[in-house]
Amino acid sequence: MYAIIVGAGKVGRNLARELIVKGHEVTLIESSRPCYLAIEEEFEHAAQYGDATELWVLERSGIQRADLVVAVTGDDEDNMLVCQVAKEKYLCDRIIARVNNPRNHDHFRLLGIQPAVSATDLILRLIEHEVPRYGLVHLLALEEERLEIIELEVNDDAPVVGEKVADIALPEGSLIISVLRGGAGFVPKPDTVIEAGDEVLLVLDPGLEEAITTYFAPNGHPADV
Amino acid sequence: MFVLIVGAGRVGSAVAKSALAAGHEVSVLDQDPLSHERLDAGQSKSWEDAQGQFTVGTALEVDALIQAGIERADVFIASTGGDNTNLIIAQIAQKRFGVEKALVRVMDPARAGWYGQQGLYTISPTQHAIEMFESALEVQPA
Repeated sequence: MYAIIVGAGKVGRNLARELIVKGHEVTLIESSRPCYLAIEEEFEHAAQYGDATELWVLERSGIQRADLVVAVTGDDEDNMLVCQVAKEKYLCDRIIARVNNPRNHDHFRLLGIQPAVSATDLILRLIEHEVPRYGLVHLLALEEERLEIIELEVNDDAPVVGEKVADIALPEGSLIISVLRGGAGFVPKPDTVIEAGDEVLLVLDPGLEEAITTYFAPNGHPADV
Repeated sequence: MFVLIVGAGRVGSAVAKSALAAGHEVSVLDQDPLSHERLDAGQSKSWEDAQGQFTVGTALEVDALIQAGIERADVFIASTGGDNTNLIIAQIAQKRFGVEKALVRVMDPARAGWYGQQGLYTISPTQHAIEMFESALEVQPA
């Protein structure tokens, strides 16, 4: 695979390193001269100096044959522009953008730049995951595929407590894929009985979060995402 | 006509003043409160007394755009100092807020050209300068 990584900060550098170790071809583009000189020693010809929002810089890096473009600069507008141009002008199939300010997430979505990864959001997910009895936790959203995976802790007074999985009439578009009990996870069978304190993982069509919460955690508060 | 101008630098503030003088409703958004001085400079009345609007905020903040009146803007002008900022906010104005006409200042002729083909009205001062130099030199464009 040939990957172009834009922005040689900590994220860009480490990504480049990992991909190279895995045997991929990488070009790492950096627009600050001092930073470029620092990475050039390590990355040699894989490092390129230039502003990747300039079309000729992308072309010089061989964007026409890139399988993946990753924009991880500290500037959201630059990341959006690089990915938009890569996708729409150079028809690169796979793009990944970094979101520095989570409030800009909507803008990435509006311009069709997916996936857009925000460190703040990821850490927030982990916090939700670590804080017990939080209610519903979004584990993964597959926006293109229109599916999401969520986690719910089963309340003592939830309607599903003591019910067999086969007997729980969940809304269409939802499925229990895993149960975590006593620190171990397993894939439930139709005769598995749900207990209070279980953590259940479900795959859902988007928009079913609230309906699902009433089954497992009637007093829980759906996490705001 | 309601004109929203983001970026009150030399270009933005001058266009704001002439649009206001021509009788349009004009709102200006800039992240620097001091840029307001450019709107007052050389005028007999202050910008607000002349019925101009001024909002402090950055153009990627949706709240700031709404406060500046983007929802009823007929024309959006992106004239901040950053090409990429201008190109992104003009698309937000068009795609999210349905502003009919988005004018974008883009210094880089290459980006201005491509985004111009994608439906933005791009204006490249650099391209104009190149053409003027070429014509002063009486050479043909490369």
